[in-house]
Amino acid sequence: MSLLSVEGFALTFLQYASGLRRRRLEVISGLDLDVDAGELVAVVGASGSGKSLLAHALLGLLPSNAIETGRITYDGSPLDAARRRALRGREIALIPQSVTYLDPLATVGTQARRSAELAGTADPAAAARVAFRRLDLADDIAGRYPHELSGGMARRVLTATATIGTPRLVVADEPTPGLHPAMVTETLQGLRRMAEAGAAVVLITHDLLAALTVADRVAVFYAGSTVEVAPTASFAGDGAALHHPYTRALWHALPAHGFLPLAGAQPPPTDLPPGCLFTDRCPLVIPDCRRARPATRQVGPSLVRCIRAEARDA
Amino acid sequence: MLEARDLWFRYRRGARWVLAGLDLRVAPGEVVGLRGPSGQGKTTVARLLAGYLQPARGHVLIDGAPPPAATSRRPQPVQLVSQHPELAVDPRWRLAEILAEVGDPDPSLLASLSIAPGWRDRFPNELSGGELQRITVARALLSAAPYVVADEVSAMLDPITQAQIWHVLLDRVRRHRLGLLAICHDDSLLHAVADRVVDLPHLVTRPDNQLRPPAPLSGTRVTT
Amino acid sequence: MSAASDALGRLRGNPPQPVATEIAHRPLDRRRRTLVQIGAGTALIAAIVVAGTVLSASAELTDLTARRLPPSLAHPFGTDWLGRDMLARTLVGLRLSLAIGTLAATVSAVIALLLAAAAGALGRRVDTAVSWLVDLFLAIPHLVLLILIAFAAGRGARGVIIAVAVTHWPSLTRLLRGEARRVAASDYVAVAQRLGHGGWWVARRHLLAHLVPHFTVGLVLLFPHAILHEAALSFLGLGLSPHAPAIGIILSDAMRYLSAGAWWLAVLPGLALLTVVKAVDTVGENLRALADPHSVHE
Repeated sequence: MSLLSVEGFALTFLQYASGLRRRRLEVISGLDLDVDAGELVAVVGASGSGKSLLAHALLGLLPSNAIETGRITYDGSPLDAARRRALRGREIALIPQSVTYLDPLATVGTQARRSAELAGTADPAAAARVAFRRLDLADDIAGRYPHELSGGMARRVLTATATIGTPRLVVADEPTPGLHPAMVTETLQGLRRMAEAGAAVVLITHDLLAALTVADRVAVFYAGSTVEVAPTASFAGDGAALHHPYTRALWHALPAHGFLPLAGAQPPPTDLPPGCLFTDRCPLVIPDCRRARPATRQVGPSLVRCIRAEARDA
Repeated sequence: MLEARDLWFRYRRGARWVLAGLDLRVAPGEVVGLRGPSGQGKTTVARLLAGYLQPARGHVLIDGAPPPAATSRRPQPVQLVSQHPELAVDPRWRLAEILAEVGDPDPSLLASLSIAPGWRDRFPNELSGGELQRITVARALLSAAPYVVADEVSAMLDPITQAQIWHVLLDRVRRHRLGLLAICHDDSLLHAVADRVVDLPHLVTRPDNQLRPPAPLSGTRVTT
Repeated sequence: MSAASDALGRLRGNPPQPVATEIAHRPLDRRRRTLVQIGAGTALIAAIVVAGTVLSASAELTDLTARRLPPSLAHPFGTDWLGRDMLARTLVGLRLSLAIGTLAATVSAVIALLLAAAAGALGRRVDTAVSWLVDLFLAIPHLVLLILIAFAAGRGARGVIIAVAVTHWPSLTRLLRGEARRVAASDYVAVAQRLGHGGWWVARRHLLAHLVPHFTVGLVLLFPHAILHEAALSFLGLGLSPHAPAIGIILSDAMRYLSAGAWWLAVLPGLALLTVVKAVDTVGENLRALADPHSVHE
């Protein structure tokens, strides 16, 4: 049984459009994801595909005008708002995107200890030391302020502070924004080590190649919906093991695998097409695609949301 | 020919030199890649070439002459597209205005960048990072500048948007003889787009900040 | 059943499920409440202006047989020592205060906008000069400055307007200047310049676009100060002539009769002034909330 199981998760925001008119904005329409302890699953998609909202949802950080449907189950029980509040910072940790999440006016040691206190650890100072050492940070780093650290060290402090007390589920929200390759590798390897130490790790990113270096499975996200969940091994060669046309297009767009640009842009939540969300750009579209959003089905080792995905032998 | 000749730059008197005697050349119709360790000055090179910064010593030359004054009423011949499009657009302007800032937007260019007509009434905060980057690239190309510096323009983008933007840029290079400096840390991307790649030299600063660093420096080591 | 849940049902191959969380239907959501408050505040102010205009003649009517009467049905605010109806006098006075306050606040706000735009658009030296000027004015005690200028400008309505206008721009200028500096240092302004646009164009298209929303709200929030300070000046005898029934004058006159027990001469006009100031302030605060981009969420 997976530690985290997200089924048919949908998210709608109630917003003011103009003047007094209100509209419902369906930012996520069907997210399916499950992550086991010891596993690293990447959620890959373009910006605006709704993947960061998943991180907010899991941590109970959505604004009050958010309406959720679907099921999120953690450790066998539903993860409702109260449980999210109780578990965040303790069993469920979020590694945020940028080092500006660190308080510039406090030493990093103080911040780590505070985080440990909030996580309910028995000895915050010791927990902070352990967390720092786990990320190869020397003890004397604790006395420095964030601006006194190099970029790489600040990222490690951020990760350490966020994961004090060995959380069971770690959600990393775009942890490598525009970073240099060496730092990307270091950050992702840190996440991999957490998975190998027994945590369930969700890596949310737009960088498919980077995700493939550390993930066990990749969930591909498009316009608010999971279109494919495939094992990392499927992303190889000419992409023949990838079943959804969008996943194939992502693979072939990479410079090393064809550099082919698929025309068009991801539809925004205000402008979703009827039926399958990919119809405007899909090379395999047929009239049936426009009739209804496809259901998720198992095709070999992958889950695919496409009526044209051929079933293949494993 | 866009040329950086013997560029020296530091942010303040007495600070360490960020660039010391850099030479760089970009010809029309050529894509030059620029690579280097992070924090070592690639963005500084971009801003110097596009005229946002002035070098302490050395010159930026277009066909042998200095670029037009900053107060010139014509678009500068070197346009910069940076990594963060959300900072490069006025958040209170609609997209139609942003695109029209440089003149009448060419519909076929917008279409090639998949900029949908429905976006025109939107504000920047309603668009995603990938969509905004298409806008900033369109704006730079609409200026008809003969040289564009692309500073990590697709580092934050998904592979498909990245491919789309680069194909439009490369098309400009081939058909309109645009000279493009591509700053990028992704080697496979550089391999796919650049005609040649320059490595930014790693500077060693002496404690006394002497003007002449110990080792001879040359910026145009050509490696492909 | 919402479209979302129908879609979900189809996705999972299940029959449509009821939506798990529905927000309670509130009769007046936040934006509606904001608009209602703005409407009510504006209506009250408009009513006072209209009443003040209509009643200006009857405010002057003296009736020596009805002097210093406490509030009653015939005279809800009582009468003063000349038998004049206090309600009429108060309304006329409020209208006068509103007019002067509005004019003075507008002049002040325009001064602030021009100074802030100059500080942002014309470079470091101008910005330093503007900062210095702001600090200078803020260092002088406000009321002292007000009195000095009103006195020097020759008192009367003109003096009051000049005094209030010249002393209320510093805080708004500081706010607008911060915004102007931010815009001037932004990437998009740098891009605009690199695209060939000159200083005036950038100031008009970029700077103003950011300053005008703040300016508008700042203007509305300046009114209460302007109105109260006009009242203060008139109270001290430095403002409008004693014959014009400005609220300050009404209050100042009423001071003489307070010990004689004619409390309504001061308390009721005072409360009316407070009500008007509060109404204007409410309108301003709600406008500011509406202009906030985060107000798009419920």
